Formats: sequence, C-alpha cells, structure tokens
Amino acid sequence: MKFLKSIALMFFVGTMMSATTADNYGLGDTVADFKLKNVDGKSLSLSDFKNAKGIILIFDCNTCPFSKAYNERIIALDKTFSGKGFPVVAINSNDPVVSPGDSYDEMVKHAKSKGYTFPYLFDETQSVAKAFGATNTPHVFVLNRDGDKFNVAYIGAIDNNARDEAGADKKYVEDAVNALLEGKDVSTTKTKAIGCTIKWKNA
Amino acid sequence: MKKLFLTAILLLPLMVAAQPPAKIIKLKDLQNLMTSKSDSIQVINFWATWCGPCVKELPLFEKLNNNGTSNVKVSLVSLDLDLDPNPEKVYKFVTRKNLKSEVLILDEQDPNSWIDKIDPRWSGALPATLIVNTKTGKRTFFEGEVDEEKLNNLITAIQ
Repeated sequence: MKFLKSIALMFFVGTMMSATTADNYGLGDTVADFKLKNVDGKSLSLSDFKNAKGIILIFDCNTCPFSKAYNERIIALDKTFSGKGFPVVAINSNDPVVSPGDSYDEMVKHAKSKGYTFPYLFDETQSVAKAFGATNTPHVFVLNRDGDKFNVAYIGAIDNNARDEAGADKKYVEDAVNALLEGKDVSTTKTKAIGCTIKWKNA
Repeated sequence: MKKLFLTAILLLPLMVAAQPPAKIIKLKDLQNLMTSKSDSIQVINFWATWCGPCVKELPLFEKLNNNGTSNVKVSLVSLDLDLDPNPEKVYKFVTRKNLKSEVLILDEQDPNSWIDKIDPRWSGALPATLIVNTKTGKRTFFEGEVDEEKLNNLITAIQ
C-alpha cells in the first residue's frame, strides 16, 4: 500500500513538474511574435520575415566559449540557408549587468567584427528567452512557417562536436532545415549539448 | 652507474610531482561514482575552466570537501575536453588554485548521447550539480550557480 502511495505521489509530482515547464514552447508549438532591437538600431519582428519559409533562431552571445567555437558555423548556416528561405536570426538574452561583455554596444561591435550577415537582436528583458525556454548558448530553435505563423520544428544544438567542426558527424540543424525544405519530417527533433547558461538577471 | 643512480634519486620528486592533478575518466566511471553504494553523500559538480560562474562557486565545494566531520564526498567533474582536447589547462588550473577535492575530467564525445544518462533534467549548461545519497540512491540535481544556502539545502533534502 505504501508502495502504491509513493507511485501515486511520483505521478502527482511528475505532473506538477511538467506543468511548470509547459510554459515554454515545445515541438510543434506556434511561437508568439516578438519585437527586439537589432544591432543596426532598428526593431525586428518575426512578422517582418514575410518571404521566409522558416527561421533558424539561435540564442547566442558574445562571450561564451561555445558561442565563439560556433561563430563561423552560424555564419555558414546563414550563408547556406538564407537564400533557400531559412535565414539565421541570433538573439542575445544575457544580462549585461551579470555579463558586461554582452551589452548592446558590445553586440554591435561583435557583429561588425565577425561580419554577421544576419540580425543579432538584444532581448533586454529576457522575455523571449523565457518564452522559448532557452537555457544555454548557443541554443537553436528551428521555426517552420505555417500560414502566417511559425511553429517549432527542432530544439537543441547545431551539431555534435563543439571543439572540431570536421569531427561533427551529426549536423542537427542542417539536417532539420534540409528535411523541412524537402517537406519531410525532421528525424532528430531535440538534442542537448554542453554550453554556457544564459546569464539571467539577479532576482 | 653511481651517477645514474644519483640522477634517478634527484629526479624522483620531479617524477612524482609530474603526475597529473586530475584523472581523465569515461562515462562509465562517472556512472559508477553516481551509483556506488557507500555511506556518503556524493556531490558531483560539473564545471569547466572557461566557465565564470563555475570558477566562482568552486570555493564552496572546496569548503564542503574540507569539512572533515561530514560524510560528504565532493568530486569536481571538468567538461573542458568538450571544447579543448588538451587537459593541460585543467591540470594547471587545479595546481594554481590548489584544489583539494577530487578532480575528474570527462572524456566523451557526442554530448547528446550521454547528458540524459547523467540526469534528464540537465540541459547541458554549466555549472550543474548532482547530489546522490549513495546509501538510499536518492538524488537531487541543480543547474546554475549555487550559493552556500542553496548547496546546503540540496544536501539536506536528500539526507
């Protein structure tokens, strides 16, 4: 009986836990539009991407060593896929008080020095990172167009080898976007990788 | 011959000192650490030399480890190899900071294949801390930087 009770309790706690994480977008969920300031000084929204088939949305930053390791790969993703209708949109959600190297001014410098060909948006209130449930950098959400909305089609890492691009034998984002372009199902829809935490504001 | 012997004697302390201050391990070693039955509370902190919040919270784990009266065992598991195949940076860090806790360096590729095996609640972001009561098997996990109160609460929760 005691055993049954603990099983029931486990289910109850389990349901509670999934209820608290259900606020974040999961696979297939439609994302709410947002408006954030780009490094060019102008505001940008998802609805501005009128001709995009989808968006490779990446929570990223200037300072994280993993972000640095993936910098060129992110630029390459935009080069490969923006012309095919899947542009990269990078978002920095780090609090500049906690991480001074991730201030808006530093973002502008970073985008310029790296020659970013894609928007790099500042999520000053961290509300977009919270809505998506982004945890680390770089953290990718591949969005697929559905009418005038965008739905989440992939969540996770860019590939499976941070230290050496040539050693990556699973290119998650590339595979996901190629599948969507061909109208197929994404085979690996969720992955994890070692990374830096998003630097949340001190409560 | 005598000269050679003397040289060997003189080199001996150097050879001992040259032993790396951290052990490189595989996933199964880490899993053994997580599941081995003993009377202690096993605290496993996942960190890396490049991770600011990790380096900041390390003294808390060192303090916990040096607390001789408690039954708490601390292992600091570095994930530096995921970004840099050379463990030298970790060795230097451990020596420079004079870390007394056990330092282990996880040597595994393809993180998506093993992060869930450590804990499904872990996104992979650093720092992260897993605390196992090795007697009861009860475990608790926390992702992000801890302060002393948080760390103590986590340990109390599974005691």
